[in-house]
Amino acid sequence: MNQTAMKPRADRRAFVSRLLSSVPEALVVTGLGSASYDVFAAGDRDLNYYLWGAMGGAAALGLGLALAQPSRSVVVITGDGEQLMGIGSLATIAAKQPRNLSIVVLDNGHFGETGMQRSHSSLGTDLVAVAKGFGIADAFTTDSLEGSEQVARRILARDGVSFAQVFIDANEPPRALPPRDGPFIKNRFRAALGLRPF
Amino acid sequence: MNHTPTPAPAWQETVFKVLKAGGVDQIAYVPDAGHSHVIRSAIADSEIEDIVLTTEEEGVAIAAGAWLGGKRSVLLMQSSGVGNCVNMFSLLQAADFPFFTLVTMRGEYAEFNPWQGPMGKATQGALELMGIHVLRVSHPDEVEEIVSAGYDAAFEAGEKVAVLLGQSLIGRKKWERK
Repeated sequence: MNQTAMKPRADRRAFVSRLLSSVPEALVVTGLGSASYDVFAAGDRDLNYYLWGAMGGAAALGLGLALAQPSRSVVVITGDGEQLMGIGSLATIAAKQPRNLSIVVLDNGHFGETGMQRSHSSLGTDLVAVAKGFGIADAFTTDSLEGSEQVARRILARDGVSFAQVFIDANEPPRALPPRDGPFIKNRFRAALGLRPF
Repeated sequence: MNHTPTPAPAWQETVFKVLKAGGVDQIAYVPDAGHSHVIRSAIADSEIEDIVLTTEEEGVAIAAGAWLGGKRSVLLMQSSGVGNCVNMFSLLQAADFPFFTLVTMRGEYAEFNPWQGPMGKATQGALELMGIHVLRVSHPDEVEEIVSAGYDAAFEAGEKVAVLLGQSLIGRKKWERK
């Protein structure tokens, strides 16, 4: 038995749904796996970019997008395992301090896609301390649905990069699979921003 | 620290001119001596976002995000960095993103460090295995033509292109610090 199992934790689907309903204009990037399913389950949108692979790339992709679209709020929603694989990208983001980028890590402390093995975040790694250490000063945890308001305020404000570690239950809600057609979601996203084909 | 500024080789100035003329918006990099002029110029240019990376694959994802947002991002790296990128290159194929990278070569010509050999010799093959078209520059006179040809293929035709900047172009690394 580990102590982390005793902590209060939010329901992942309810948290993501409530967060996204508060930021309807945001550009959303999702890390592969359950984070993509959660965002899709909250309602498909043209301005969602779902990753089905490229593990470790979600936050960096969000950085490229945030720098490209400085007047829009960009939010990356990913899992602890995906973020850990691209952990250095938090340093790269901190070096740029994009005011319009928020990183939201749904942390169940486990690799949910592959058999619920425990991940580093339930074996001693403190992701908020890591983010702060890299230079993201506005890094915080939440473990409740109400915490989504705290996250949404940052996304809407666009006054500094933020990092939210959201403690969620280690459960597996029903699969809700977004489109896997990469060119389709890319072209639909660009069209929704008013960008023309090359 | 006493870094005596030495003038950049003309070919490096040409590389930056080509990127600038092509409307590059972001330059992401893991440094290498052969890229130093372009990196300095990007930092000095208020219209270009310069992005220092902790590892090269971040630059692949950044390029995809930039394109999603309507901008052009170029990745600068050394041949060893290509190995770090291999799985992230899947993103370029899976969603058909344009991609342009400039790769300074090590490990294949006048190399004194055997640790550079394995990845340097596999660089072109690794890129091609992942569906990236490879062009190579071996002589300063070719820089403008080949870099601009690759850049245009990426951002005008949507291709994935790497231009390898050969060690014969870059020159032998000076290993003695004096």
